[in-house]
Amino acid sequence: MSEITVHVDGTPRRLTVDTRTTLLDALRERLGVTSPKKGCDHGQCGACTVLSGGRRVLSCLTLAVTQDGARVVTAEGLAAHDRPDGERPAGGQRSDDDGLHPVQRAFVDCDAFQCGYCTPGQVVSAVGMLDEFARGWPSAVTEGTRPPRLDRAEVAERMSGNLCRCAAYVNIVPAVQRAAAESGTAAPGAGVAE
Amino acid sequence: MKPFEYRSPADAAAAVRSVAGNPAAVFLGGGTNLVDHLKLGVAAPDLVVHVADLLPAGIEELDGGTLRIGAGVRNSDLAADRRVRERFPVLSQALLSGASGQLRNMATTGGNPLQRTRCVYFQDVTTPCNKRQPGSGCSAVGGWTRHHAVLGASEHCLAVHPSDMAVAMAALDARVRVLGPDGERTIPFTGLHRLPAGTPERDTVLEHGDLITAIDLPPLPLARRSAYRKVRDRASYAFALVSVAAAVEVRDGVITDARVAFGGVAHVPWRAHRAERVLRGAPATEETYRAAADAELADARPADGPDGGNAFKIPLLRRTLAATLRGLVREDAR
Ligand SMILES: Cc1cc2nc3c(=O)[nH]c(=O)nc-3n(C[C@H](O)[C@H](O)[C@H](O)COP(=O)(O)OP(=O)(O)OC[C@H]3O[C@@H](n4cnc5c(N)ncnc54)[C@H](O)[C@@H]3O)c2cc1C
Ligand code: SF4
Ligand code: FES
Ligand code: FES
Repeated sequence: MSEITVHVDGTPRRLTVDTRTTLLDALRERLGVTSPKKGCDHGQCGACTVLSGGRRVLSCLTLAVTQDGARVVTAEGLAAHDRPDGERPAGGQRSDDDGLHPVQRAFVDCDAFQCGYCTPGQVVSAVGMLDEFARGWPSAVTEGTRPPRLDRAEVAERMSGNLCRCAAYVNIVPAVQRAAAESGTAAPGAGVAE
Repeated sequence: MKPFEYRSPADAAAAVRSVAGNPAAVFLGGGTNLVDHLKLGVAAPDLVVHVADLLPAGIEELDGGTLRIGAGVRNSDLAADRRVRERFPVLSQALLSGASGQLRNMATTGGNPLQRTRCVYFQDVTTPCNKRQPGSGCSAVGGWTRHHAVLGASEHCLAVHPSDMAVAMAALDARVRVLGPDGERTIPFTGLHRLPAGTPERDTVLEHGDLITAIDLPPLPLARRSAYRKVRDRASYAFALVSVAAAVEVRDGVITDARVAFGGVAHVPWRAHRAERVLRGAPATEETYRAAADAELADARPADGPDGGNAFKIPLLRRTLAATLRGLVREDAR
């Protein structure tokens, strides 16, 4: 057993965990934070994606004991109004009047889900991905060292770690592109294209 | 999952002492392979020593131009590094072709080459496997072999090494810095992994308690023209069926120098020395690419299986090698 403090969606949470507990199980079973979903529990689906230290990671392959002192953001905490510490929402974007993060808003507007099980992971992953894109990170489909454009192929490649059993991909890709365009997340010199 | 003690020591020396002092201890890097294995029962340590946060997480340029990549550098940061993208595009491309954005943010430079095979029998503790349980037999012999080796396998194990990054490192003459109970040493990357022979339980030459602290990339000017080509069952987020890492230098239509390594076909990232010897000094033509593949694949042996086996890997690898070289030669002509 280990005592750890994890900042979850802006709130410090202290808990004692068995060393075997994953961050996903600690969030869901111990802290009641159920937006990260358990799809496969083996790193293969992305449903459990959270931000830790601002980066998208898989909570099912993260031992909770390694997260002592970490700042973890789940889909529930993406929008500022949910956050008692009043920090800007993840990705540095403003939430709207409904309290939705721009990526969440875009998913709603584009109807980018069916059953919704993969959605919290998709949304958190997209927030992390847009931040990586804004920093100029390449992907496997980026040509040479030119700044990438967030076209269909780039979004599909960068989001390939999030599977959707309902295959809502046709709407997920445009939702991510819309969020990027509206928030100005796209890197300087990088365009957003269909 | 078996209970284990967890430690997060202050420095590398303390981590090495912890693991060296307990035969059932393991290092924990990004955890993307080890945590999975804890759940599957493939690994059952009684002490887990976290090293991801104590290992160097920066990429340093040494006098003479060598890039020293700290073992704590995450795969995503390494792939995005400007110097790596310009000087060693094959490495950036190999990393980006592997796993997913989330996994690359977690996986470390030290853990990636030490990830274990994805052989389905190795990962299923209910089936015999010499690698997991020495002497129990190899379920892949006569079993599903689509993802297994065609080069350097033994009757005891047909597994392939799954890492993409390692294939690029093998082609680039990288060197591995290791801190062990008896101090520091450096080993060539191509000498890190070993063929299965009669002891497939040992993936590498590392001894218990050996910690990878950095990987060095010596200057290699021809690597500015390098590429990684990966063929797989789906477009992204899948392991390689075959892959090729290559770098070439071309002058007046003649290949003056080359580095080639294969992935997905052997227990090790396969440095293709024979192919390189054919390429050096030969005209950059389709005949040369074919001859290079012939030389390297002369000893290739496919495995049978109810899934049709893996004989397809041999022609696939020939074409992938030719496509990679053709692309680089074209790029070089620009
Ligand atoms: C769904 C999925 C898909 C994937 N797809 C790909 C792919 O397409 N291509 C690819 O290349 N990889 C792929 N991977 C594998 C991934 O790249 C590796 O799991 C990762 O690189 C391992 O690094 P890590 O730091 O997480 O290692 P860990 O899981 O922490 O450790 C792996 C092993 O190395 C040991 N270790 C860790 N660090 C050190 C060190 N510094 N010194 C000595 N020993 C150490 C550990 O004890 C353990 O035995 C995939 C993984 C998953 C889950
Ligand atoms: S191929 Fe190797 S890893 Fe796979 S079952 Fe046989 S011995 Fe085990
Ligand atoms: S539940 Fe973590 S990747 Fe599937
Ligand atoms: S919406 Fe059902 S799994 Fe994605």
